[in-house]
Amino acid sequence: MSTPSTNSREVTFGEAIREALVEEMRRDPNVIIMGEDVAEAGTPFKVLSGLVEEFGTERVIDTPISEAGFTGLAVGAAMTGMRPVVDIMFGDFLALTMDQVANQAAKVHYMSGGKLSVPLVIRTTMGASRRSAAQHSQSLHAWLSHIPGLKVVLPSTPYDAKGLLKTAVRDDNPVAFFEDKMMYKLRGQAPAGDYIIPFGVADIKREGTDITVVATSSMVHVALGAARLLEEIGISAEVIDPRTTVPLDTQTIIESARKTSRAIVVDEGYEGYGVTAEIASVIADGAFYYLDAPVKRMGAMHVPVPFSPPLEDSTIPTQVSVAEMAKTLCGKV
Amino acid sequence: MSQVVEKSKASRPRKPDVSAERWLRMYRQMARIREFEEKVNELYTSALMPGLAHLYIGQEAVAVGTCEALRQDDYITSTHRGHGHCLAKGASVDRMFAELLGKEAGYCRGKGGSMHIADPESGNLGANAIVGGSAGIATGAALSAKRRGTGQVVACFFGEGALGQGVLYEVMNLAQLWKLPVIYVCENNLYGEYTHYTEVAAGELTARPKAFGIQTDTVDGQRVQSVYEKMTGLVERARDGEGPAFLLCNTYRYRGHHVGDIDRSYYRTKEEEQEWMARRDPLRLLADWLIDQGRGDQETLAQIHTEAKAEIEAGADFALNAPYPQVSEVDRHVYA
Ligand SMILES: Cc1ncc(C[n+]2csc(CCOP(=O)(O)OP(=O)(O)O)c2C)c(N)n1
Repeated sequence: MSTPSTNSREVTFGEAIREALVEEMRRDPNVIIMGEDVAEAGTPFKVLSGLVEEFGTERVIDTPISEAGFTGLAVGAAMTGMRPVVDIMFGDFLALTMDQVANQAAKVHYMSGGKLSVPLVIRTTMGASRRSAAQHSQSLHAWLSHIPGLKVVLPSTPYDAKGLLKTAVRDDNPVAFFEDKMMYKLRGQAPAGDYIIPFGVADIKREGTDITVVATSSMVHVALGAARLLEEIGISAEVIDPRTTVPLDTQTIIESARKTSRAIVVDEGYEGYGVTAEIASVIADGAFYYLDAPVKRMGAMHVPVPFSPPLEDSTIPTQVSVAEMAKTLCGKV
Repeated sequence: MSQVVEKSKASRPRKPDVSAERWLRMYRQMARIREFEEKVNELYTSALMPGLAHLYIGQEAVAVGTCEALRQDDYITSTHRGHGHCLAKGASVDRMFAELLGKEAGYCRGKGGSMHIADPESGNLGANAIVGGSAGIATGAALSAKRRGTGQVVACFFGEGALGQGVLYEVMNLAQLWKLPVIYVCENNLYGEYTHYTEVAAGELTARPKAFGIQTDTVDGQRVQSVYEKMTGLVERARDGEGPAFLLCNTYRYRGHHVGDIDRSYYRTKEEEQEWMARRDPLRLLADWLIDQGRGDQETLAQIHTEAKAEIEAGADFALNAPYPQVSEVDRHVYA
């Protein structure tokens, strides 16, 4: 578990993100923000409130509803000296930006033989259970993780959000930064000043000995809830948060699975062809001779996210379903 | 309001001869939409409705004027602010409420919710939560209608915010090239979320469709008579194979961007809201005109409101008491 430094205080996930951006914008005048209703409105989630007051509309820029246009424009600005942070309100709208992200931003550095680079951050959201239906609820980080040239960040706590976002802004590559909409009010400790968290370093959110649960974003909290349930029946679960899917800290994940000999991977993206499949194969490969059970995957059901509450609730892993799976793997049913 | 008409193609001065009954029907439709939306707001504030909704209050004349000019088998596509469009095209109140509450009796078995109501029986190809997301669908339906030779016309509703989306320009170009029977109904309610449209739209809005040579008109979207009359002409034109049109309807949303948008002072004034409600209300404007013309009286209009209220209450009750879908329903309809 990372230990926050001395000047730590409690902030929300949303405040941590705002602080990271404020500090980076003060540090580097080339950092600009672009997106729909990012200025006076501070985004519909109010995460950017107050930024336009400090940095003005030249650096906190409201755009038309033109995701493809302003994302593409951000790529060009990034190639020529700016460090844009683009706001894509709902992760579902990434679909509108995909040519700019996958064919342009991701490939410019490589195609130019390393001569050009795209220091761009795409902040967007993920997560179901807000009753927002199929076009406002998806967790599409696997799409971006699939494309060489993009880095993908999935913070699960205010501490991680702030440190990872600062790293994202300073990175010379396009970085997609996924924020779970349901976590903006989540409270946690984070230092007031500057600190960064390197990409590709998983965090052990809870130590345990009987089973490893690798979880991302809000699923980290689901996994921690499951671990508490499991503790009551004498199963000790270790919870690993990779924090970035690209680059992926395979070593920490494999070491944990070797130690516990059982593993579940939990992620809110669609289970099929997704992040859980990738990480499960990393474990199967790296810990094969140590495993006492097959690696299990738990992701979102292979359906468009339904609106109706009882249906929606059945599509994503819960602490109970994760605990049940762990019990099965540990032979305690 | 000014009417922008291309010089080359003088629009035909068609004034449909409309009976008093038809105007009263339009009044009734607008009253139903208003009462429906008030009830939605109430359900939201009393925590009986999951999620959010985008209310159509203030814009009723656009949906009603447009849909009254369409046949039952004509198509519409709608938006996140779509309840009015769906009702105006013929959706029933009880199944609408059921959808909004995620109940099995809803138009989409509870799977779609407020932003995704689709009802092929009334020609509604679906509301859409992606701004501009239905432009392709509407234009494709027009291609299909033309190929099938059915004489159907498509009305594609969207807010002025959708003019930011590139796909709209791609399909408008196609529609004009191929003379497709689609009418792009742009509702300019001045704001996209919390931003005035002039901050995000360069030039004249109508210059955009005109650039493709599309028949383009502007109407006062608060006067249902204007919307209906203009739309009737454009629909006839499209049915006759003369191609697409763009109708800009100037209107206003009285309430927040969605039901939770209560404090709006940072993007618009109370005075502005009051001004529209007091002087430009579509129901009031039609009522005054009907009475003035001797085509309706206070009692008849009051009676319409009473009936609409009763229908809404009954519809909401039905939905509140209806069951949720079985959880096993969740993976049905992923594939056809
Ligand atoms: C592609 C896309 N981008 C952003 C949004 C978020 N959003 C929902 S409604 C809206 C404003 C739409 O304005 P307008 O089209 O004028 O319709 P109005 O809400 O005024 O009826 C925005 C930005 C979205 N749903 N889809």
